[in-house]
Amino acid sequence: MKVWHFSELAYYPAWEELGSQLRNVVPSRLCDPRIAADLYHRGLDEWALCDELGLNIMVNEHHATATCIDSVSTIPMAILARETKKARLLCLGMPIGNRFDAVRVAEEYSMLDVISRGRVEMGFVKGAPFEVTPANSNPADLMTRFWEAHDLILKAMTTHDGPFNWEGRYFQYRQVNVWPRPWQQPHPPVWLTVNSPESAQVAGERGYVIGSLNTGYVRTPAIYAAYRKGAASQGRDATRDRFAYMAIVGVGSTREEGYRRADQILDYSRTALRVGAQFAFPPGYQSVAATAQALKSPGYGRGVPMRGIQLRNGRQVDPNAASVEEFIDAGICFAGTPDMVVEQMKAFWGHVGGFGHLLMMGQGGHITHEDTVDNLTLFSKEVLPRVAELG
Amino acid sequence: METLDIKGVRVETHIAGSGPPLLYLHAEQYFEQVGPHLDALAKNWRVIAPRHPGYGAASGATDLRSVDDLAYLYLDLLDELKLDNVVLVGASLGGWIALEMCVRSHARLSKLVLVSSVGVKFSGREERDFADLFYMPDIEAFPMLFADWQRHAPSYAAMSSGQLEELARERHMLAHYGWRPYLHNPGLKRWLHRVDLPTLVLWGEADRFARPSYGQSLAAALPAAELMVIRGAGHYPEIEQSEAVVRAIDAFVQEPSR
Repeated sequence: MKVWHFSELAYYPAWEELGSQLRNVVPSRLCDPRIAADLYHRGLDEWALCDELGLNIMVNEHHATATCIDSVSTIPMAILARETKKARLLCLGMPIGNRFDAVRVAEEYSMLDVISRGRVEMGFVKGAPFEVTPANSNPADLMTRFWEAHDLILKAMTTHDGPFNWEGRYFQYRQVNVWPRPWQQPHPPVWLTVNSPESAQVAGERGYVIGSLNTGYVRTPAIYAAYRKGAASQGRDATRDRFAYMAIVGVGSTREEGYRRADQILDYSRTALRVGAQFAFPPGYQSVAATAQALKSPGYGRGVPMRGIQLRNGRQVDPNAASVEEFIDAGICFAGTPDMVVEQMKAFWGHVGGFGHLLMMGQGGHITHEDTVDNLTLFSKEVLPRVAELG
Repeated sequence: METLDIKGVRVETHIAGSGPPLLYLHAEQYFEQVGPHLDALAKNWRVIAPRHPGYGAASGATDLRSVDDLAYLYLDLLDELKLDNVVLVGASLGGWIALEMCVRSHARLSKLVLVSSVGVKFSGREERDFADLFYMPDIEAFPMLFADWQRHAPSYAAMSSGQLEELARERHMLAHYGWRPYLHNPGLKRWLHRVDLPTLVLWGEADRFARPSYGQSLAAALPAAELMVIRGAGHYPEIEQSEAVVRAIDAFVQEPSR
């Protein structure tokens, strides 16, 4: 199994002041650039450490938010392409339906792949619903734009005999000619995030790696099954290395220490969805049926959608009130001593039918740098060797 | 509802009443609540009210991408049904479509009625002419859209899932046609001189989504328009003050052209 350390680099110092909305409407006067600089350097140090620990690296991006100050994912990718030597670098990812210059995306990924000498893993993501707002991209046709961008980016990265023409529905260029061409041939591996059986099936048909993010015991099996179905429909083998799962991981030398670390990182889960309903349900982002369902949910009209995490028995729990045990029960978190984490991971791995990549949130929320370093180090020394065989 | 085939586009169309033809282009949302208004119009008119492609349960709008496309579609509809001396009524989004039709051709039209129409940009680049409907919770949006929202705004708890899906589809299609630029065509103002037919601009006095001052700007920018403000109405006078709107249309059409 490959393990990837991920952090959103939250600007947690502003959380208390912001209250119920951490996204879209948060004024940047609450962001002190000196504190932000410290957070960037700290996060980059932790990612760079992964190179020594045998872990791989995952970055992402969000916009106009105090939950993630990585607003341009290719910037940490670029720094890490130079600072690291062995780790693979996953960007999960680039919201290509919200990017109005798809050729620029091909250039950024190609350049990163060359600088890192072929260590880039190339994520294309739909992006969370609240991400259409900062981009002002039309949610009503987001996925048709996404797939056209996907087609254009891959063609731009794999065409090596001069300019080609692209006059599509959303993107028009008459002279596409990307330099440099990527190091990996024909192009870096493609990853997609999925959040439903429908999107997983489409990914399976194409044979890409899927990242299923915090989908837990209840939702993940159907997502993975849909991927296998999609793969089979095209005669593809859905090997383990096609499946990734994201969870919060807190390891400690005692149960209490592991739980405390997980609890601090879980502030990610408690704050990530603090967003107004009008940003959480842009029209057309979801299906008509899903939007209709949202209209009925309590609090929708007041702008406060209800959210919960789902325990193994199906019960919904408010993430703000949920304990570490409940997050473990839900399959969103693995925490405790190395033995406990290995046992929890193996149980979840078996339940969903196996996966080849763990996307590990080893930092998040209020956990300190020292605790993060210890968390990553303990994981790499005590857990990784015992779960590596699973992949 | 009948389904018309307009040059290959299936258009669900409500046709009712008898009398001179009136083409009614509906607003971006709350179509179901406009039923009584269409019935009232049908007392004096042959009302032809197409549902914009993508609205309604039956159709998709995959190759119709913009209000320009809708304008050509309804010009085709007038040709197809061989209608002349038509009174064209457009509410909000429908008003924008009507304007886009008229700058192209109003040969088959006699008069134009714009009810709280969107579509034209008058303000500067750092202002919006229309409140940002997509980015307000309903509790803020409803009082902007209705004079009496507690009476007229939809109450989700009381609606069937079919009705909720209808609302969801309306919002989806509003984004489809009006997301960016937001509910306007940056080039339309340049061509408004071509809308040279008698025009009545109706505006709800309590419209805080598109304010009556916008209605004044619009009426002033059109060659032959008069503005009438409807009391006790927000952005959808056809829902809140249907009778007053019908009376205003009847009176306007009966007055001799100037």
